[in-house]
Amino acid sequence: MRSTEGPAVWVRLGALAAAALIAVTACGSNATTGGSTAAQPPTYNIKPPTTMPTKGEGALSLIDWPGYVDRTNWQSPSVASFEQTTGCKISVKDANTSDEMVTLMKDGGGGQYDMVSASGDADLRLIYGGDVKPMNTDLIPDFKSFQTYFKAPPYNTISGIHYGISLQWGPNTLLYNTTKFPTAPTSWSVIYDPANTGLVTVPDNAIQIADAALYLSKKDPSLRITDPYELTQKQFDATVALLHQQRPLIKKYWPDAGTEISLFQNKDVFVGAAWPYQTNTLKANGGPFADTIPSEGATGWGDTWMLATKAPHPNCAYLWTAWVSTPQVQAEQAISFGETPVNTKACAEMEKLSAGSCAQYHADAPGTYFDTIKFWKTPIATCPDGSQSCIPYAQWQAAWTTITA
Amino acid sequence: MSLTTARRLRKNRGAAPLQGLLWRRPWLSSAVLLVPPLAWFVLIYLTALALLLVTAFWTIDTFTSQIVQVWNLDNFRIILTDPTYRLIIGRTVGLAALVTVTDAILAFPFAYFMARVASRRTQTILFAAVLLPLWASYLARVYSWILILNHSGILNWSLQSLGLPPPNIGYTIVAMWIVFSYIWLPFMIIPTYAALERVPESLLEAAADLGARRWRAVLDVVLPLALPGVVAGSIFTFSLTLGDYVTPILVGGAGSTFIGNVVYTNVGIAGNLPFAAALAMVPVAIMAVYLLGAKRLGAFEAL
Repeated sequence: MRSTEGPAVWVRLGALAAAALIAVTACGSNATTGGSTAAQPPTYNIKPPTTMPTKGEGALSLIDWPGYVDRTNWQSPSVASFEQTTGCKISVKDANTSDEMVTLMKDGGGGQYDMVSASGDADLRLIYGGDVKPMNTDLIPDFKSFQTYFKAPPYNTISGIHYGISLQWGPNTLLYNTTKFPTAPTSWSVIYDPANTGLVTVPDNAIQIADAALYLSKKDPSLRITDPYELTQKQFDATVALLHQQRPLIKKYWPDAGTEISLFQNKDVFVGAAWPYQTNTLKANGGPFADTIPSEGATGWGDTWMLATKAPHPNCAYLWTAWVSTPQVQAEQAISFGETPVNTKACAEMEKLSAGSCAQYHADAPGTYFDTIKFWKTPIATCPDGSQSCIPYAQWQAAWTTITA
Repeated sequence: MSLTTARRLRKNRGAAPLQGLLWRRPWLSSAVLLVPPLAWFVLIYLTALALLLVTAFWTIDTFTSQIVQVWNLDNFRIILTDPTYRLIIGRTVGLAALVTVTDAILAFPFAYFMARVASRRTQTILFAAVLLPLWASYLARVYSWILILNHSGILNWSLQSLGLPPPNIGYTIVAMWIVFSYIWLPFMIIPTYAALERVPESLLEAAADLGARRWRAVLDVVLPLALPGVVAGSIFTFSLTLGDYVTPILVGGAGSTFIGNVVYTNVGIAGNLPFAAALAMVPVAIMAVYLLGAKRLGAFEAL
């Protein structure tokens, strides 16, 4: 439940660090096999089942983001009904960071865990670590209704093999106070403009460097930034320099969603980078707030249910994945966590739960919308051209410390 | 002698040699008592500290993020030469010192009143008042300060209502100074109070007999005698501020990173344990020096 709880940012950050590892492993194997096509992960030739199991094994052991599987809160009636219909008694292990998820999933889940709700930055490490295995998307009835992008996003699908089923996602938007900005800013330049000194907030998160790189990719084409997560030294230095210039504009680097909400509510800041959750909460309280995705596009994140290589209850895992992909469950989770479902049919269900929420969360976005979102992945040393001259995540972290110190 | 008593005696005979041994060798019983906690302390605490020290001399492979056990001083070199870390260490130590001085100045008159002026009843009430905030969660107290200091908070609002300019100190280092000083104040008041209470009344009478006025007596007699208490309190306020990383996250603005924040990010997020260990040695070293100084000033006798 990263959107609503304090440690949210840390969670994602940890996730990135974790992903740094993976990605590194991934590249390592690329490098040894040579060529630009990715080496196949260890589990690529494990054939997933071809028919949907009709009966579960009676139990299901899940690793989740705290609150993703919640018997006591948002899902209580539906989790109970899932357990009753399928006979799969769920046990949950909360993980607070992607690092923790990867550690728990070591050795293919160790024959203890069945599935993990990993974020895009942890996925590659799980995949190349051989901890998760391919899943058959044909067995998920709702898969055909998924947004095209999330049927095979690069963070969970490699060479057409699906190592999990996408769940929810969210963009990193530009949030602003409409009294200060009566018309929606059309560019991220607003958070780099000295006119707004002391009025800006951005996440205290090294991945924020990617947001600056995305802005620079449009503002300064001579840098030739094509992917904000794959920066050469020169591109990286230019991005870090921009962030150093931004530093005096920042009132506070926000550590969690709740802090950002109160910063906006109390007029400590007037514009900044945010998640849709913050905008929705602020608007629900009746304040003069709105968000937008500026012309340069935005970064974003996506979560996936992945199946452990040594999952002891694969049937229950498939029943669970099919169930969490249904429009109603997708809508419940979206509303509860301020995320966007990958199932396009969830839109109508969201409207039932909260009128206007579908458009609010961009659950009805056209396919072209996803061209404007650059989904989080771990910065690694391997550049798009295969050279090892890109800046890995450890250096992003070090640079971020220097920028924010 | 009843049958049951006889049985009990017979049963106890087995334990008698051990009891006898403990009685003949008094050091043995203290050893039996002390060994488990000492072993725990050495194994868990000192070993962890030693491991921390050792890890600080290692590094990580930037490619795999795995710890590489090659002895080097790179982490310490970065900490000492990179202006970023010098800034962060300077800020942390500077604010810890400022908070300590602030608390000492605030606590002394309060503790003096409690110990030497107030009636028994008032004393009890004041003592409760000092300790009461410690019953509330640290976070609750910090969050309440955010409500006071933020842009539309009580402080700005009250001053604006009086026609004064709002100070706008929310999310600044000034806010951190205020919050730290508030949070750790009880830890300064209590040792100062204890030291002041121990100053014998006869010394003050003697000072008065020798012609010292009240202020003169406080400065020349009470203050030197209470100093170990103040220093003892300063160990708390200084070390607690030095090690804190929550208040900077919640109350600080841009540019409020503390040593603890960098350690936290390096352990939990960047996965660079050796660097975190090296940086964590900085407060350990600072506190070692501080405690040596405090010992010279007699703080440990005052505790």
